[in-house]
Order: sequence, then C-alpha cells, then structure tokens
Amino acid sequence: MAAKLIPTPGQTVGPFFALGLDRPEWADMTRHNPAGERVVIEGRVLDGDGAPVPDALIELWQANAAGRYDHLADAQADKQIDPNFHGYGRVATDAEGRFAVKTIKPGPVPGRGNALQAPHINVAFFARGLLRQLHTRIYFADEPTNASDPLLSRIEDAGARNTLIARKDGPGVYRFDFVLQGRNETAFLDI
Amino acid sequence: MADEFPSYARHRDGGQPPYLYPDYASTVKRAPTRKLIPFEHTLSEITGPSFTSGWAGPAAIDLTKQHKGEPLGERIIVTGRILDEDARPIRNTLVELWQCNAAGRYHHPVDQHDAPLDPNFTGAGQAITDDDGRYRFVTIKPGAYPWRNSPNAWRPAHLHFGVFGGGFVTRLITQMYFPGDPLLYYDPIYRSTADEAARVRLIADYDPQLSEPEWALGYAFDMVLRGRDATPFEVA
Repeated sequence: MAAKLIPTPGQTVGPFFALGLDRPEWADMTRHNPAGERVVIEGRVLDGDGAPVPDALIELWQANAAGRYDHLADAQADKQIDPNFHGYGRVATDAEGRFAVKTIKPGPVPGRGNALQAPHINVAFFARGLLRQLHTRIYFADEPTNASDPLLSRIEDAGARNTLIARKDGPGVYRFDFVLQGRNETAFLDI
Repeated sequence: MADEFPSYARHRDGGQPPYLYPDYASTVKRAPTRKLIPFEHTLSEITGPSFTSGWAGPAAIDLTKQHKGEPLGERIIVTGRILDEDARPIRNTLVELWQCNAAGRYHHPVDQHDAPLDPNFTGAGQAITDDDGRYRFVTIKPGAYPWRNSPNAWRPAHLHFGVFGGGFVTRLITQMYFPGDPLLYYDPIYRSTADEAARVRLIADYDPQLSEPEWALGYAFDMVLRGRDATPFEVA
C-alpha cells in the first residue's frame, strides 16, 4: 500500500476573515425558497471571560426537510433531493458576538445500524484564537426524537447535553449560544 | 461487520495544532476546556457541500485584475492540488483565498496597522478545482505585519486558504507561508503544529517552472485533506 500523504494542518482564520469568507447571503439558507418549516437560529458567541466574540464564523451543514443531504454519498432512495436547498450556510458574528441564520428545520437522518438521528444541523466553528475549527451540532428543543438520538444519548452530563439543544425563543425562532469556556461551555465533538 | 458508513481517517497526534496553545495568547480564553466528545461518522459527517452547480459564484483567480490599476507588490502565481491522504484529487471543490496587500495591510476595517491601503488591491479570490484537483491564483506577495500577541511580534507573510473536500469533516482553513521566511521561527501560529512533517506542509515551494518570464514568480502549494479510513468509497 502506498504511503499516506500527511494532511495539511489547520491555521486560525484570524481577525480579518470577513474579507474572504463573509457572504451575507449565505446566512439565509431559505433564499431559494426550499420546502420545509422556516426557522431562525440566533445566539451569541462568548469567550472564557463571558465577553462577546466578534470574530467568529459559523458554518452549517444540514439535510433538507425530508432528511436527505444534497451529496452523492447520501443514497436514501426514499427521500427526494430538494433542488432549492443546498444545505450549506455560513454566518459571521457581529461586534456584539451575535449571529442569526435563516434555514429550514431538517428532517431526521439515519445513524449507524438501525438508529435514527434526531433533526440536527452540523456546525464547523472558526474564530480568531482557534487554531483549527471546532465541530458541534444544533438540535431542536421540541423534537421528541432527541430522547433516542445516538449523539445526545452519548453525553452523560445533562448540562453538557443541553448545550447542543437550541431552545424555542418565539414563533419560528430558536436560541443557540456558543460558550467557549466555563460552566455552560458548549459540548464540542471529536470527529 | 463492515461499516455502513465509510468514515474519514482521524488526525494523527501532533499533526494538527492544539486548541490551547498559550504562545498564541488568544487561544487561552477561547480553547474549549472540556474533553471533546468522540463520535463515529454518520451521513452527517461524510457528506458536505458540493460546488458543481456554480452556486458559490464565479471564479476570481486573478487578484491583480480586480481594479482599474495594477496593485503594488511582487506579482506571484500560486497553484497546487487539493488531495486526500491517498493522493486522490478533490475535484470541483471550492478554494477561497484572502490576504493582506504588499505593505502588510488588510482591506478590512478592523486592521489599523500603520501601512497604506492599496486602492488597486482587495485581496480576496476563489476558485473551483479541476479534474486533477488543481487550483491556480495570480496575486501579489503579501507583506509581513505586526500583531499584539507579544511585544514586537510580526506575522510572517501568508495567504489564508479555505477548502472543503468530500465531507463536512474534511473542511480545512489554513495559511500558506513562503520558503525561507525568518519570521516563521518566531510565529506561534505556524509553530503550533508539533509534528514537523505536518508543519512544513504549510510552506509553499518556490518552483522556477511555475514562474513566468518577465512577469511573475511561481509557488507550488498542495493541500492535503483527511482521507478515507477503511474501505475505499468512490464518489463518482
């Protein structure tokens, strides 16, 4: 077997990433009018002092309303691709560390074995001061399948588990904060 | 039993920077303090955005032709391939680039470094890789600039690159450095990757074959993303 190539290390996005990465239109994943329940996810990013992080970038990847990813590796024949939904979004925090993204609630997607994964959005999180991205997921508080979700079930500490669950904050609005350190520190994934 | 979901390989120890690296002071209040939760890959991790339909917008591969005049600085060509660990090309993936100008100043309101902006240089571009996984940019060599990480600290000249690859877990944002830069030795961001063989991946090669006579210097810079863990899994 041929020797493997060594992967390129990540390096921080730094404070000036908006120059190359900020695409305000990508914060509206409903801009092509996809099928599904419209939701807004909003929140703040806070550092270890509880101070807002004004230079974070949140990338989102999710299935469509039927629970299918727009990707060739997703071969679920019983679910349709939605031509109006790519599933990828991106939003940067503002000067107060706030962000808001518009999307649709994803459908449940299969997990390993016979497991079903509760509706969730996959997150890659970047910031000045992070040498490479963090990964986490956003779940939705009003989904009964959260109780049997394989990832949520893996997290024994209820407080840590709850950091992955966006809470309802008005009609169609969910609140999800990224807390980088401290008592309410967001659970991040080793994937 | 074989996995239903082909996973991506995990990173080797030391092959990526740690989250907490106090020499880079901003990591101290931003690195997670809890142990990351290990989770096996599912469809959610092995899928990711694809850019074949052109929705990411038109290519912008010549950063020297985005304004009326030519930017100041040393004109360079930067090209390379996006590969996985098994040297398979990553086709049709988005490559995003941003950088400061030749004087070491970003076209960004937060950058207050006392160096001139260049009205003929913004410093952002994007490309989609071809069937060999190749990208190519024409730009100018960025300058070094001071930052407040420690007294009299200077960042080595660098380009910022973002690449996607096959799945959401292959996402990479990195920086490309220039060979022979004396500032690399002092730069905690560069030095944060413990494994030297991985770290030197961040330094482009000067390649006279890529230079164009009387016009521009050529640099080769490949980026290698996480590869498949087990059974090869061809995505057509």
